[in-house]
Amino acid sequence: MPKLKVDGIEVEVPQGATVLQACEAAGKEIPRFCYHERLSIAGNCRMCLVEVKPGPPKPQASCALPAADNQEVFTTTPMVKNAREGIMEFLLINHPLDCPICDQGGECDLQDQSVAYGRGHSRYAENKRAVTEKYMGPIVKTIMTRCIQCTRCVRFAEEVAGVEEIGAIYRGENMQITSYLEEAVTSELSGNVVDLCPVGALTSKPYAYEARPWELKKTLTIDVMDAVGTNIRLDSRGRQVLRCVPRINEDVNEEWAHDKTRHAVDGLVRRRLDRPYVRQGGKLVPVSWDEAFRAIAAVDHGCSVAAVAGDLVDCETMYAAKALVRALGGDRFEGRQTGMDYDTSSLAAVNFNTTIAGTERADAILLVGTNLRWEAPLVNTRVRKAIKKGAKVFAIGPETELTYKAEWLGDDLSLLNDLPQAVRDAFGGAERPMVIVGGAALKGGHGAALGLVAALGLIKDGWNGFNVVHMAAARMGGLMLGYAAKGGIADLHDAKLTFFLGADEVDYTRFTGFKVYVGHHGDAGAHHADVVLPGVSYAEKSGTYVNLEGRVQRGERAVFAPGDAREDWSIFRAMSDVLGCTLPFDSLAGLREEMFAAVPALRHQGLAQYDWTMPAVGGSASGTIAGYPIKDFYLTNAICRASPTMQRCSAELVHGQDFAEAAE
Amino acid sequence: MADAPNIHDEAEVRARWGAFAWTDDNQRKANEVIGRYPAGRQQSASIPLLDLAQRQVGAETSTQGWLPVPVIEFVARQIGVPYIRVYEVATFYTMFNLAPVGRYHVQVCGTTPCVLGGSDDVFAACKNHGLVKGRTTPDGLFTLTEVECMGNCSNAPMMQINDDNFEDLDYDSTTRILEALARGDTPTPGSQTGRRSSEPAGGPTTLTAMVQDNHDYRGEWNTAHAG
Repeated sequence: MPKLKVDGIEVEVPQGATVLQACEAAGKEIPRFCYHERLSIAGNCRMCLVEVKPGPPKPQASCALPAADNQEVFTTTPMVKNAREGIMEFLLINHPLDCPICDQGGECDLQDQSVAYGRGHSRYAENKRAVTEKYMGPIVKTIMTRCIQCTRCVRFAEEVAGVEEIGAIYRGENMQITSYLEEAVTSELSGNVVDLCPVGALTSKPYAYEARPWELKKTLTIDVMDAVGTNIRLDSRGRQVLRCVPRINEDVNEEWAHDKTRHAVDGLVRRRLDRPYVRQGGKLVPVSWDEAFRAIAAVDHGCSVAAVAGDLVDCETMYAAKALVRALGGDRFEGRQTGMDYDTSSLAAVNFNTTIAGTERADAILLVGTNLRWEAPLVNTRVRKAIKKGAKVFAIGPETELTYKAEWLGDDLSLLNDLPQAVRDAFGGAERPMVIVGGAALKGGHGAALGLVAALGLIKDGWNGFNVVHMAAARMGGLMLGYAAKGGIADLHDAKLTFFLGADEVDYTRFTGFKVYVGHHGDAGAHHADVVLPGVSYAEKSGTYVNLEGRVQRGERAVFAPGDAREDWSIFRAMSDVLGCTLPFDSLAGLREEMFAAVPALRHQGLAQYDWTMPAVGGSASGTIAGYPIKDFYLTNAICRASPTMQRCSAELVHGQDFAEAAE
Repeated sequence: MADAPNIHDEAEVRARWGAFAWTDDNQRKANEVIGRYPAGRQQSASIPLLDLAQRQVGAETSTQGWLPVPVIEFVARQIGVPYIRVYEVATFYTMFNLAPVGRYHVQVCGTTPCVLGGSDDVFAACKNHGLVKGRTTPDGLFTLTEVECMGNCSNAPMMQINDDNFEDLDYDSTTRILEALARGDTPTPGSQTGRRSSEPAGGPTTLTAMVQDNHDYRGEWNTAHAG
């Protein structure tokens, strides 16, 4: 624990900390471009120069200098000021100064720091360097003349994304950042380099020239594109969400978000349901809310009522629907749209118990039927971190590129009954073993996977290594609210009246009764419904979400829904009046109080505690894993399918269509 | 980024070089190079293998050799490194040619000591011999490149042709060398004024007693000091 003085302030920092971190601990701001807490240290921008005693009589790069005992660091001396001004002047020599037409303007590190530390004028009259644009794919737009070669993007691609496709070619004056042969970067995390870029060299292609940061309303909410529950900020102007950027949450997404989180938002203004419809003579006809409700009231359901929750809905919606179905005398609920019927008597047995952040500490990991890279990209980055610390990874399932080296054992589920010796050896010596079960294995392998808890000693003091990966933002919340039927969705097929809450992955042909679709996009659900009620998407409602590790999080409403669409809970409240079974809440707050009373774990944000109990679902596993549930990462839900950016990503990155020529 | 060649992953190049593989002889050399580094550190073999590959391409095309993209990728696969990492190395070092060159790659130093020593005359000789900077002569014999310091400043001006350095040049000697190469002869590398390596032009001025054989100066130290 070195003790040192920064501008006379004594600080103690952990062993291995850098002088820059010590300065931050002392509350001093050190300007930087290349240094980033989550990436390796490069030390090539030289902006973080400070004066250090003892040491050579010259400024030192604080990001790459280890803090040591009895050091004296000065951040305000004339030497430091001079050095910063000099570095800034050098950086600006080849920078185009095209801030008025640059998308980074207003949130640009170079802009901010040149105001704070620059000289204020230029002495450079010579020609500037110009660099040609590089094609990096459908997400990242490049204006490489602005690049200051901090290499953050190169380090991110290599270290976090695990996709070594970005590099720096040529040398010196001619150095350029590019993707390999200017091909699209094939990472689902590529959008993060836009945030990392301290200048406007890498900007967001779908968001190009859309808005200035200061004219956007910023709303903090939760992402619903997968079950990770990425903390996001929706930036909106008027009624449109223009972009989505991640917020820092060390427990969930660190500061990353995948491309679907970021760029599916342009699907929010397309293919929207903005008025109620009723099917008449085989065709959906626009009607008023009242007519739609009366069409539902006319159904003779005989108490055979059910509700199917889609992947994107919040707990409030599910609770309101459940309350209505109950009031109508129904008692069948399901959220697992594709027919999964795993046992839910113990929520801990279907939870990601190790927690997302805890994954980093694992020292042996077995992936069972999960393509983690697509099912939960931000859990995948944690597995990468665990590997860096020495973890060994095995995988059962069809081989796929996970961005790290896993030892593939085969795609036979019966491997779970009798694991190969190599796995048992690795887990035998492991202190923090982890098994991650994905959707492809839950069907036939849940019981056998649970058997591994005892066989591999997954539960130790302060460590639970049994994990299930869900892919739907609504899944854990749905399970907590009882959206699980014993036989899966097949139990609901014969219901006389079924409410579909944004459920678009269901096999509608199996449902014989009256179908009411409450959702926001004209997708599969709306095509099959008898009545369509326009609800709202995640951006247009305040909601509670539970992520795959059982973390209760709440998001805020960013914009208002289009047309006649209403918040889902209020639709059920209004419908209950017409159906003659008025629900006992009149506001979102009232609904929440009821919901908290029913499921107390939803009251407080943070990890819900599920007590570990072993469900009675032993047995051996058999069969092979034919494939993973997600066939196309970019088109997993109605919002993505409506998004031109996601369609483009899918066509180019998943199906290999060539767009490079069409790029500017 | 004006003068660096723009590398295209052209179908033509892929078709010609996609099936690149070591010759038996080079396979042995490559194995030896890779064997020099401990397991997990094969990336260290990038530079020697790129050099080997460039030489093989040179032998196959009877030029000084260059590195087509498929060959760079072949080297990357050999050592299990992502393509971009080897590509970065190949673009960083000027000794790796990213575009085809002629039989003789004439690299003339244009840095200050060589300019002071008369490299303008060397360039003039090249020009009068039909060489154009950055181009290959129509007969495919010569490619002329102006390069930065090659560390032969005491023998300025100099040029490097393939693996040999030619030093202490002037207009005539440069022309002579180029003509000899064009004829298919092998001109003598090194200083063209006859001095040995980088010794002083008129012969040694210090340690003169060492010229013929080993001489023990220690006995003369004191007198030298007193003098």
